[in-house]
Amino acid sequence: MSRNPYVREVPRTTWYMRNNRYIRYMLREVSCVFIGLYAASLTVGLVRLAQGDNEWTHYLNGISSPTGILFSLLAFGFACYHSITWFNVTPRAMRIPKGDGFVPGPAIVSAHYIIWAVVSLVFLLMMGVL
Amino acid sequence: MSQRQITFEILRYDPETETEPRFQAYCVPCEEEWVVLDALNYIKDTLDGTLNYRWSCHMAVCGSCGMMINGEPMLSCKAFIRDLPAGTIKVEPLYHFPIERDLVVVLDDFMDKLESVKPYVIPKKQRPIEDGPYKQTPKQLHQYQQYSMCINCLLCYAACPQYGLTPEFIGPAALALTHRYNLDSRDKGRRQRQEVVATHEGVWECSFVGACSEVCPKDVDPAGAIQQMKIASTADWYLEHLMPWRRS
Repeated sequence: MSRNPYVREVPRTTWYMRNNRYIRYMLREVSCVFIGLYAASLTVGLVRLAQGDNEWTHYLNGISSPTGILFSLLAFGFACYHSITWFNVTPRAMRIPKGDGFVPGPAIVSAHYIIWAVVSLVFLLMMGVL
Repeated sequence: MSQRQITFEILRYDPETETEPRFQAYCVPCEEEWVVLDALNYIKDTLDGTLNYRWSCHMAVCGSCGMMINGEPMLSCKAFIRDLPAGTIKVEPLYHFPIERDLVVVLDDFMDKLESVKPYVIPKKQRPIEDGPYKQTPKQLHQYQQYSMCINCLLCYAACPQYGLTPEFIGPAALALTHRYNLDSRDKGRRQRQEVVATHEGVWECSFVGACSEVCPKDVDPAGAIQQMKIASTADWYLEHLMPWRRS
């Protein structure tokens, strides 16, 4: 009896299409592209602000155009997806000892949401939105 | 007791006569309470004695009967046919492992990796037997108990895309077992294991897809174990660089 194991190759470019679990993972990974682009847009905004009134107004017009708003909404959606999916897995990476066991997972997840809400509130207050 | 005729499409491969695997269909009269393993046993006993697959306990303890059922890594002894979508059931050997024959995969790679992480208690100093057992409190046991539930069924490797794309990756089960021993109060072998674990092929190859934990039949959560080891390895790195005198 001879051995001749058969190796099944994993498709290098389409492997994530195999199931929904992988697609969800790829969405989480891709979210960083949109967050990165949004950060780049903010940096451009800072440069325009330093360049003067005219450039700043031009920048504001750009980000409040339908394309600008659509991009902001898309980036916000991906930022939320990224944050929520990471918050939900934090208890598995953070095991905080408490008594004979560990701090329950929902408490750790809730703490993340509370900190998120507080930080967002502080920023909104600082920006004069609230 | 109701009976249903169900078609099973099973990936067959004979290394002596075939160059690649092919699907073969079997029509099986399934009982209501059957799991996929019962159907495979029916095929082997009644329809085709040449079908090869591993199994032993039929109660999700031995970890032998892992296979892809409709594309999902499952223990065939735990996969109730009534819980699967109606229609043909596709059965394949575990993904990411070479096929030895039919549903039997080659385990050599995993065995080598498991051995490399020293999955046993390495005490600081060996004690003579007459000194009695190493004692442990329930709290100390609780630290690692979850990670000791692994039955080496390898469903996690079949689910892990990183292992599929980068076969050098030590992988979920071996790393979860590393964590299990590192957390054991009787063990002082972490530093030895770190040589394998705190490497690119170790914990850093994992990008936290989390599929391993989703398919684990024992709720071991290998993905969680790996992230905890990443945090501990990062802390090691900072401590080594900020407090070099600690290195000894």
